[in-house]
Amino acid sequence: MSPNVIALLPEIVLTITGVLVMLIEAVLTPGTSRKSLGWFAILGTIASGAAAFYQLQFGTVQAYSGSIQIDAFSVFFHVLIAAVVLVTLLGSLDYFHGHATHAGEYFALSLFGAVGMMLMTCSVELLMVFIGLEISSISTYIMAGFRKGQATGSESSIKYFLLGSFATAFFLYGIALAFGATGSTSIAAIAAGLGSSATPLMAFMALAMIIIGIGFKVSAAPFHVWTPDVYQGAPAPVVGLMSTAPKAAAFAVLLRITFSGFPGFEPRWALLIGIIAVLSMTIGNLGALLQKDVKRMLAYSSIAHAGYLLVAFTAFPKDAIASAAFYIATYSAMNVGAFAVITQVSGYDETSRTAEDFTGLALRRPVMAALLTFFLLSLIGIPFTGGFFGKFYVFSAAIGAGHIWIAVLGLANSGFACFYYLRLIAALYTKSLKDVTTAGEDIAHPFTATTIPAGIGLTLAAAATLILGILPGQVLQLAQRAGTTSLAPVEKASMPVIEVK
Amino acid sequence: MVPIAWYLILAAILFSTGVASFLIKRNVVTIFMSIELMLNAVNLTFVAFAHMWHQVNGQIFVFFVMVVAAAEAAVGLAIIIAIFRTRSTLNVDQINLMKS
Repeated sequence: MSPNVIALLPEIVLTITGVLVMLIEAVLTPGTSRKSLGWFAILGTIASGAAAFYQLQFGTVQAYSGSIQIDAFSVFFHVLIAAVVLVTLLGSLDYFHGHATHAGEYFALSLFGAVGMMLMTCSVELLMVFIGLEISSISTYIMAGFRKGQATGSESSIKYFLLGSFATAFFLYGIALAFGATGSTSIAAIAAGLGSSATPLMAFMALAMIIIGIGFKVSAAPFHVWTPDVYQGAPAPVVGLMSTAPKAAAFAVLLRITFSGFPGFEPRWALLIGIIAVLSMTIGNLGALLQKDVKRMLAYSSIAHAGYLLVAFTAFPKDAIASAAFYIATYSAMNVGAFAVITQVSGYDETSRTAEDFTGLALRRPVMAALLTFFLLSLIGIPFTGGFFGKFYVFSAAIGAGHIWIAVLGLANSGFACFYYLRLIAALYTKSLKDVTTAGEDIAHPFTATTIPAGIGLTLAAAATLILGILPGQVLQLAQRAGTTSLAPVEKASMPVIEVK
Repeated sequence: MVPIAWYLILAAILFSTGVASFLIKRNVVTIFMSIELMLNAVNLTFVAFAHMWHQVNGQIFVFFVMVVAAAEAAVGLAIIIAIFRTRSTLNVDQINLMKS
């Protein structure tokens, strides 16, 4: 196999699977179950995750004239994205049951979205980053409005689309200015050109524009306004996907651009990102406090988590990349899990929306309530959950670089955030008035029993959250390797040196 | 010959116009058009810089931006149709089912 094929193997596997799913969907009789297509998509996702692991043995390799680089960093994010898509697909296999929607297209779009996200994490050329970003964004725009008969679904989709394209324009303008300042759109060449750039101010404006563009994508304050509406209106499994995997990819891009592309501007962008981090944490947590809708509350919580993650950028490069990568992994595991539970509880028609609807869930669905409690505890950052170590590494990395103030603000914020998570947990275990008055109301719920694939997905998410909280060593090691390799210079590795029998 | 800065200033003005109309306009289609204006401002910047550096990179980038903008337009207009079907309006102030 040529190095070019190996470098894009996970993406190639996903693309082929996605295209096949699309083609088969077209010849199936309308109205029949699309579950087999879902299983096929799941197999493709597992294969692509395995392909990403397979890339790990080659070390750092550049392909396609130096525009794609696979290293421990890209492998880390590839596996993470594949895992998130896997859990989402498992959770949504039965989601469309009994609804005349194009479930096959949904599975295909998940796969295409994953291709874009993966492409973002392994590109070291901003043109490729842009294309990956667009592939992932366009797929998620459509998925957000998948329940097109419902007005909130289309509304969520249009908001996501307009704000997403707005952000893309900023990102592109940033790339254009970086090209103007350094004469190149390759991240390594930008870093090399910065020192001799005649227009450092334009280079800094370029970086600021790129940070704004990515800031929209990861829903960091003050670019977060779209998040609550979009998360509220989009289908729950889609929210689980789009609140984790595209954000992970966008953070990977931001890590590469800031630490590898603009290392010379570190003090300036660290301050800028630090301010955005503090704003996101505070606005996210304050906003979450006021919400009644659970999905809306989790949307604000995801803004706050983007803030915690951005704290990592103020640390020393190696620690920053390792702790940010680890945090993204833990955040993805617990958030995708929380939304998988919501998918199971509220179903396609979203019968349970507000905290009131979730009251007394422990009596009706004890396992679901226990799982949701576990994921919420992890989002708080209780020890023995992934969320604890994620926060621990990020804040200790920031303190290690001497940014005590931001770590203190972050810790104060996580303490404050306990309140709204615990409020929801308390509601889960309270007997609701509704249950007393209308016994047997459970019939109204479409999912009275969890199906096997959804159960597997939930187990995977819970296991990942638990393992990251008890035995974080392996993942942390890979994250540290990601930090080291993505910072190392790659002049020699650009020669294709792999031989495969 | 026109100096490069003029192109850049024109592009910056176009981009700012796009941002301003994105924020001011109330019709979804007009908002969508202002995004296209921003993308074209970016294209102009790329072409100007490509000329300045005597490099073809910038021009290649423009082609990709145009292709992606077309793909985005296809999806965007489909979403706009979906919203018009359910709400019978394209005014963003009335597309507000989810304000808490």
